[in-house]
Amino acid sequence: MTLLNRTITYLSAALVVILTVWGVAFYFKMMEEVYDSLDDGLANYKLLIIRKTHDDRYILNKEKFEESNYQLLEVAENVALTAKEEYKDSTMFMEAEMDFEPVRLLTTYFKADNDRYYQLKVVQSMVEEDDLIRSLTYAVILLFVVVVISMFFITKLIVQKIWDPFYKLQQELGKFKLGHTRDFKAPYTSVKEFDSLNKAIENLLADNMQVYEKQKNFIDNASHELQTPLAITTNKVEMLMEQSQDNEQLIEQLYDVLKQLQRMSTLHKTLLLLSKIENKQYIDLEPVDFTSLWRQAIADFSALTAYRSITVEILEKGIFLRRFNPDLARMLVTNLFKNALVHNAAAGGSIHVEITADGFSIRNTGKMEALDAARIFSRFYKESSNSSSTGLGLAIVHAIVKLAGGDISYRYSSPGEHQFKLSFS
Amino acid sequence: MKLLVIEDEQDLRNTILHFFQQEKYLVEVARDYEEALEKLYLYAYDCIILDINLPGGSGLDLLTKMQASQVAYNVIITSARNSLDDKIVGLDLGADDYLTKPFHLAELNARVKAILRRKQLSGSQLLQLNNLRVDFESREAFVEGTNLTLNRKEFDVLSFFLLNQNKLIHKTALAEHVWGDHTDTADSFDFIYSQIKNLRKKFKDSQAQLEIQAVYGIGYKLIVH
Repeated sequence: MTLLNRTITYLSAALVVILTVWGVAFYFKMMEEVYDSLDDGLANYKLLIIRKTHDDRYILNKEKFEESNYQLLEVAENVALTAKEEYKDSTMFMEAEMDFEPVRLLTTYFKADNDRYYQLKVVQSMVEEDDLIRSLTYAVILLFVVVVISMFFITKLIVQKIWDPFYKLQQELGKFKLGHTRDFKAPYTSVKEFDSLNKAIENLLADNMQVYEKQKNFIDNASHELQTPLAITTNKVEMLMEQSQDNEQLIEQLYDVLKQLQRMSTLHKTLLLLSKIENKQYIDLEPVDFTSLWRQAIADFSALTAYRSITVEILEKGIFLRRFNPDLARMLVTNLFKNALVHNAAAGGSIHVEITADGFSIRNTGKMEALDAARIFSRFYKESSNSSSTGLGLAIVHAIVKLAGGDISYRYSSPGEHQFKLSFS
Repeated sequence: MKLLVIEDEQDLRNTILHFFQQEKYLVEVARDYEEALEKLYLYAYDCIILDINLPGGSGLDLLTKMQASQVAYNVIITSARNSLDDKIVGLDLGADDYLTKPFHLAELNARVKAILRRKQLSGSQLLQLNNLRVDFESREAFVEGTNLTLNRKEFDVLSFFLLNQNKLIHKTALAEHVWGDHTDTADSFDFIYSQIKNLRKKFKDSQAQLEIQAVYGIGYKLIVH
């Protein structure tokens, strides 16, 4: 819900309550005024009629309303003296409307010139209550609609004007990309609250960029500074091996040193790669077709799979196209394939790749028991003592999947078959 | 053949210098940007091994200068930064190859040789060794006219040996040459062993006058008589 819609909703709810209360109060106040004025009129009539009885005795015999709006009825003295003058609502048959219509009725008693007591009833036609209520309700609803519509436009204008710095900031933040944006400047505003929000965000992002740069520099430095001595040592050992070809023992030991140097270099590179992924240094995205990546990986390793007589099958149930960093996509596929290859059955195993519209899965034959699904993606978790495996392949896969906002799950699909399923929503 | 090694790390520089001197190359060294620039102005080299991180400037700037000078240079970049961006920039600036540190001397040797061969034979990709003739372009090998019918990996192994004749090649360097970054794949050594077995058999069957010799348990050597 947008800020504008929310404001309008709240204001409308408040208006419904206020206008309803106002409508009811207004109705009662108006009715009070109407009765007041009617009753004043009736009181006036009463006086006029009583005065008229002094001049015209015949009036005293007028026992029906008929064409006029009063009637007189002789009553006993005690009734007249104990009864009270009374105003009340009543109905009367109206010829014009052919219906009973509401009237205001005054019932009063007086002593005529002939010393007899009479009851006098005077009526005054009244507005119809339900008509009034209906008109009033219509008026209130109309008022409500007019107010809400004008409020909508006023609020829209106000929200646009007042929240303008906020929307500008929002736009700028949308463009911000850690690693791409060198300098973040929040748009200028003279509103104090927004200004302090802008400053807070600027500081926060500046700190973030600094940490990011530091981490990036560390990774770059670590890469350069550590690989150089490894390069020197590797080449020196190689020179030594070349020179000591007559000495079997020495050359074998030198080779062991070389292998350990190699391992160190690989570990180091892989750990740096993990840090780089986790530091989000792979930011450029482009559309990647994973089907062709899988085909490429299968082709790259075809010599090795053929050598180990592992059958590889790819099932394309859909096309999985996604904006992805191309380097990471390649690493993801290669690492998954390597994992399926390294941990495959000794001979005659199989690898099945399945591509769907929202991801892919890879299934391979291997160990006859399920792997520890909780630890399988952690660094240096090794099921076997296989020294050619760094124990980092699946950690890299996991880091890439997390970075790309996907999900990876492991399943021991059937005896001796292990499956990794990746899905991206 | 004259090489220039531009490298600021003294130990690495000396190792490369000794290695190529053993290979009977004329090798000169430069330890920083200024010295490299001076030598590049004064002399001509057949191949330049260039480090990117140099005191006094970047190796990429040297490449830019070389590219602007109208003289054809053959450059192999060696860098500790395993960065795809650097690689792309370097190759765009006219470098012939890019090698990430640490590298194996046999690999550097193979790459230098490959470049020199291209230059020397002015584009021709043929190599004749005793009765073996190898066409690097079509990736085929013939013994006295008969095709050895090698698969892709077998050809990779053979060419690596041919570029490192009579030199000890340990299994790690060979596996890395054949498998690149994927040497950690289990059995890649066993796989290499089987490729070499196949090669030996094919050599024997076609009576090729070269021999791949095992060196203890650690590697191989191509013996050229």
